[in-house]
Amino acid sequence: MNSGLQVAIALAALGLASAASAQPPANAEGKRVYDYWCLPCHGPGLGLPGFGALPGTQQLQIKYRNTNISPLLEERTDLVPEFVKVIVRQGVSFMPQFRKTEISDAELEALAAYLARNNPSK
Amino acid sequence: MPAPPAGVSAADFSAALRKFEAAVGEQWVFKSDEDAALYRDAYSPERDEPTERLASAAVAPINVEQLQQVVRIANEHKIPLYPISTGKNLGYGGSAPILSGSVVVDLKRMNRILSVDAGRCQAVVEPGVSYFDLYRYIQERNLEVWIDTPDPGWGSVVGNALDHGVGYTYGQYRDHFGSHCGMEVVLPNGELMRTGMAALANDASWADYKYGYGPYVAGLFGQANFGIVTKMGFWLLPRPEAYRRGTVSVPKRRDIVKLVEHVNYLENLGLIGMPGFRSPLGFAQAREPELRALVTKPGGPSDEELDRFAESKGLPSWSVELQFYGPEKTIAGSWDYVQQRIGSSIPGARFEEGAVYRFPLTAEQQAQVQRVHRLVDIGVPNMSIFAIAGGRTPQNPDSADGGQFYFAPMIPRTGEAILEANRVLGQAYRDAGLPYNQYFSAPACWHYRAFIMITSLPVSRLDPEINRRSRAAFQQIAKVAAEHGWGEYRSPPFGVDLVAGAYSFNDHALRRFCETLKDAVDPNGIIAAGRGGIWPKHLRGSRA
Repeated sequence: MNSGLQVAIALAALGLASAASAQPPANAEGKRVYDYWCLPCHGPGLGLPGFGALPGTQQLQIKYRNTNISPLLEERTDLVPEFVKVIVRQGVSFMPQFRKTEISDAELEALAAYLARNNPSK
Repeated sequence: MPAPPAGVSAADFSAALRKFEAAVGEQWVFKSDEDAALYRDAYSPERDEPTERLASAAVAPINVEQLQQVVRIANEHKIPLYPISTGKNLGYGGSAPILSGSVVVDLKRMNRILSVDAGRCQAVVEPGVSYFDLYRYIQERNLEVWIDTPDPGWGSVVGNALDHGVGYTYGQYRDHFGSHCGMEVVLPNGELMRTGMAALANDASWADYKYGYGPYVAGLFGQANFGIVTKMGFWLLPRPEAYRRGTVSVPKRRDIVKLVEHVNYLENLGLIGMPGFRSPLGFAQAREPELRALVTKPGGPSDEELDRFAESKGLPSWSVELQFYGPEKTIAGSWDYVQQRIGSSIPGARFEEGAVYRFPLTAEQQAQVQRVHRLVDIGVPNMSIFAIAGGRTPQNPDSADGGQFYFAPMIPRTGEAILEANRVLGQAYRDAGLPYNQYFSAPACWHYRAFIMITSLPVSRLDPEINRRSRAAFQQIAKVAAEHGWGEYRSPPFGVDLVAGAYSFNDHALRRFCETLKDAVDPNGIIAAGRGGIWPKHLRGSRA
C-alpha cells in the first residue's frame, strides 16, 4: 500500500479528509522551518547531474529501497517528533547537527510536529 | 557546567559566563554539555579521540555592541574565543574551535543584509547571512545582480570569504575574499574598526573602493585571528544577458600543455568564467579493463601507450568546459573565437556546443538547468554537492557514515604542472596507502591564477581508524607537496601548523611577522588561537 493512500484512509477514518484539505496547512511554522533548513537537501527535484535527486532525498531513496517508505520527509507517515529532534540535534551520516542559533528549540518542536503530522499513530 | 579552557580558573570561567549572559541574554549563552556538543565539527577527522577540538561553551551576540562586550569580558578573564559565522565550513573545522576549550562566538544571529545596490553591483552583509539568504533577497526584489556562490549554499558570505572560499563565475568574483570591499572588525581589545572607504567618518562608498588610504589591512582578517569581522562589502556581478557553455576536447595526453595555455589566455582576457578540466579517458577506466591494466602495470604507462589506447577508443585525453557570460551575440562570438584559436593550434581538437540560457530564467527553466549542469555556474546557491560527501551509494547502500576533508595544494597554472603534480602526488598517495587517480586527475580552477589539485579524504563518525589513516595521509602528502613548492590554500584544524609551517621562507619570516602582530593587537591571545597557524605567545610551545 502506498503511503499517500494510507494517510488518506487514516484521515477518512477520522472523518477529517475534507476538513483537512479546506484548512491552511497544519503547522505553518513547522513548514517554514522545513522549507528554510530541510528542503534544499530533502526536497523533490534534481540534484547534482548524475545523481537524480537532492542529496538527502537520494540517501533516503537508497536507505528505503525495497520498502514503501517515501524518501521525501514531507510525505513520511512513520515519523515521530522525538526521532526528528534527535536527528536534527545529532546529525547523521554527512548531515551535520543543527545549533540552536539555527533552529531554536521552539522551531524544532514545530518542525518535528510538522514532519510527524501524517503519522496516524503519533 | 563545562570544564574551563586550559589555563583559565574555574572562578574566572564562571564569572565570564555570567557576564556573557548579562551581555547577550541568558538564553544565548550555551554552557550545558548538550548545547556545547552542538558546536562539534560534524566532519572532524578526530571525532571521539582525545584530540577532538571541542568548545567549552558558546555565546551568540545579536549585534556589534553585544559582541564588543563579549570580547572585553573575554579579555578581562583571558577566555579564548573562536568566532564562527554560519558554522558551515565543513571539511575545514565546521563550527568547532581550533583550540579545544575555546568559547565559540556564534555570529549566526547577526544576519542582516544591510544593503544591496543593484546599480553599483554591491552588497554589505553581516556574518550570519548565507548565500541562500542573499540570493533570496535579490530574487524577491527582482534586482538585476548575481551573487557568485560556492557549492554549499548555506554557508556564510562573510565566513566563506574570510576562509578564502571560492565560486564558479568570472575570476574576480569567484575569489570571494578578492571580491570583498570594505569590512568592519571588532578588534581584540573590543574596539570597532573599519577598513577601506568604510574607515571614513561618513563613508559614501563602503563597497566601491577597497583601499581607502594607507596600508590595506583587510587581508589580515582572512584565515587569521586579529579580530572578529562583523560586516563586509562585496562586489556583485551584473545579471548577464546570456550564458553559453562549450566543451573543447583534445586527443593526446600532452595536448594538455597547449590547452591550458589557450584557456589561460581566454581567462586572463576576461572572456570566460571558471574552466572545468576533465579527462574523458580517465572516466573510461571503470568500463575498460585494458585501460585499468595499463595504468596499474609496473612503472605505469607511457604517454604514447595512453594515446594509442585513447585513439583506439576514439576518446579524448583531456577536455575543458568553458563558460561564457554576457551579451548573447558577444559570447557566441567568443565561442567562435575559441574554436578558431584552439582548432588551428591543436590537431584533432573537437568542439561541442553546450547549453545556452537567457536571463532571467523562469523557475521551470531553472529546474531544467540541473539536468545539464550545476546551478552554481549561474549563481544559484544549492546543496547538491553533498551528493559526493559520502554516505550511502548503490554499491554500498548500508553505509550510514559520511563526511570528508580536503588536501588542496596550489600548483602553477600550466599543463606541465598538472602532469608533474599527478606523478608526484600519485606516488605520495600510494606511499600513504590511499587511492589517487594519477594519470587523469584534473585541477580545480577556483582561484583563477593557480590550479588546485584538490582531493578529498574520508572521515568517519564511527570508525576512528579511517580518520587516523586520513590524517596520516594528509600529513605525509602535505610534506611531499611542500618539498615541490606546493602549499595548501586551506586546512582542516589539525593541519594548520603543518600547512602554515610550509610557508617557511627565511626561517618562517612570515609566521614570525604574524606572531609579532598577534602579540601587539591581541596580547591576551583571546581571538581564534591557532587560526592560520598563528598562536598567541603562551601557546606557541605547543605548536605541532
